[in-house]
Amino acid sequence: MAIDKAMNVLIVDDYKTMLRIIRNLLKQIEFNNVEEATDGAEALAKLRAGAFGLVISDWNMAPMTGLQLLQEVRSDARLKSTPFIMITAESKTENVVAAKAAGVSNYIVKPFNAETLREKIEKVLGHA
Amino acid sequence: MHEPSFGILHDLAAEPVLEERMAILRARYPAARTDAVADVVRTMLATMRGDLTAQEASLLSEVEALGRTIAAAKAEIAELKVTDINANHIPSATDELDAIVAHTASATDSILEVCETLDGIGELLGKDGASPDCADASARLQEATTRIYEACSFQDITGQRITKVVATLKAIETKISLLVEAFGGRAPGEAPVAKIADVELLNGPQLPANAMDQSDIDRLLASFD
Repeated sequence: MAIDKAMNVLIVDDYKTMLRIIRNLLKQIEFNNVEEATDGAEALAKLRAGAFGLVISDWNMAPMTGLQLLQEVRSDARLKSTPFIMITAESKTENVVAAKAAGVSNYIVKPFNAETLREKIEKVLGHA
Repeated sequence: MHEPSFGILHDLAAEPVLEERMAILRARYPAARTDAVADVVRTMLATMRGDLTAQEASLLSEVEALGRTIAAAKAEIAELKVTDINANHIPSATDELDAIVAHTASATDSILEVCETLDGIGELLGKDGASPDCADASARLQEATTRIYEACSFQDITGQRITKVVATLKAIETKISLLVEAFGGRAPGEAPVAKIADVELLNGPQLPANAMDQSDIDRLLASFD
């Protein structure tokens, strides 16, 4: 089964430059329907209002962290099965464990490249 | 053995007349150095050892040693100019670091903008019906821009690292403040120092808030004509 690259992808990061970079990298791997959110609350509002096939979120945000956003998503009956990729500069074991326990679909450590992004997305969507 | 002299000294210190006499002496001899006076008192106390018990003499000696240690510590802190570190160096360093983050963010945005333009050109080159050469050029262009996008993520990482350094500097600043406070607000012998300014030296780029832009420079130069 081919990946539906027309799906809506929500990218979440409080750093706009990073959103721009991720959006462009997604475009390079042919995901063109990308929406952005600069914090957890905005992300939740967009997720609840729309239909997204994938969430890619930074961890290190305030006031709601990426981990808290993930927990909110997983506790929402409608959103709980949405694939969720966490991106972070923190590569500590305990962080990865905490994210996994909260139900993260995959975890990307910064800095990353387009190939890593493509590979993780394919894996998350079940096409590794 | 006589009663120790501490009681007498204590009574004298509490005596208002003594306070007045001290004030008169200070007015009459403004150049008198407190450390010289303390030295005289110390010598005098040394001559009174016979009046003290062995335990009291030992205690006095320890107190004197403690006093010397504190004086030495104060002198060392003065040498370090710690208040200068807090008043100038750390705020200046954190401002510079913040400026680095702002400038690299701005440069990264410019790079991304150019990259997006190149992507647009690549798409035009590779659109349906393009010659093999154009299609190849388009693919190569996209590969190049992908590398640029990837490289630009350095900005996020360096920004986070610099933020950590700024937090560390602020923690040091707090600890220095506590240290200076413990020594009575200012380290001995330390005179207030003017804030480090780009007064005479060329210290690299100014912070944006203090800097003139090119149009300001142009106007200034034109005013000489």
